[in-house]
Amino acid sequence: MSDYASRSESGYQLGAMDRKLIKLTQSGLPLVSKPYHALAEQLGISADEVQARFRRMLDYGVIRRIAAVPNHYRLGFRANGMTVWNVPDERVSELGAQIGDLEFVSHCYHRPRHLPDWPYNLFAMVHGGNPEDVQDHIQAIADLIGEDNHGSDVLYSTRILKKTGLRLTN
Amino acid sequence: MRDRIMLDTLSRQLIDRYQKGFPVGARPFRMLAEELGVKEQEVIDCLRQLKSQRIISRVGPVFDHHRAGASTLAALAVPEERLTEVAEFVNSFSGVNHNYEREHEFNLWFVVTACDQPTLEQILKDIDQGTGMPMLVLPMEQAYHIDLGFQLQWQDTV
Repeated sequence: MSDYASRSESGYQLGAMDRKLIKLTQSGLPLVSKPYHALAEQLGISADEVQARFRRMLDYGVIRRIAAVPNHYRLGFRANGMTVWNVPDERVSELGAQIGDLEFVSHCYHRPRHLPDWPYNLFAMVHGGNPEDVQDHIQAIADLIGEDNHGSDVLYSTRILKKTGLRLTN
Repeated sequence: MRDRIMLDTLSRQLIDRYQKGFPVGARPFRMLAEELGVKEQEVIDCLRQLKSQRIISRVGPVFDHHRAGASTLAALAVPEERLTEVAEFVNSFSGVNHNYEREHEFNLWFVVTACDQPTLEQILKDIDQGTGMPMLVLPMEQAYHIDLGFQLQWQDTV
């Protein structure tokens, strides 16, 4: 039986070697001329197999992309706010797509409400150089949602208490 | 005054180009170098420098927590005087990889990941029972437009 990832009803099953690859690369690829060869050597498999597994995980969406992950704070985006919105469920996909398209939004998600404490079903992370920029961006989202806005809030982060990349735990 | 970081053209090009995602190949940095008209070693050196300056946190695969296992956003409403203690308790779970204090009644916001749904639910149950505080569990139902990366506005950042 292949230990490549396969789909199952419960979601996505990663093979043992996929897990090893993820653990080895979750803090980054080696910055050398042949990074996949370097990984292959560490795992005792061929570079072709490493690449095939990466391509497969990309195809299945386990890996979203191979990218340089910028540190927004170091790049001058010093302010961010987690904005949350209560919009009609039948409008959430359309509004989410429009908000996700805005250049100052890094993440936009539909999440469940948790009534009565939490009436919001749409999340958008907004970034700016300073708090005033962020305020302007939030107003732009409010304008976009218009009369479908049944309530919103902004949660500014005051402290980062933990931040690491994906850690696979068994 | 904003503390600005000066980046050279190659650095900007690499960050922009790389955010869109990069194909898998034997010599990926050479592929990128050819596209940008520079030498492979220049690309590698530049990425190393950006990493050591912490302008990029890493170059590598961005995993989809959902598909690589199970994950959710969660929040706790913690009395201010107990925040540090509760944050340490939550952080003690290895599946917790982001934890932010935010200005709200629900003031502790964290992401929990696990290899599968039952493990995730067990961690949430342990956190719930360990704190006894009001908790929101808000798993992602749909993501919009996160695959294209974050558009950096260079004219505004240097």
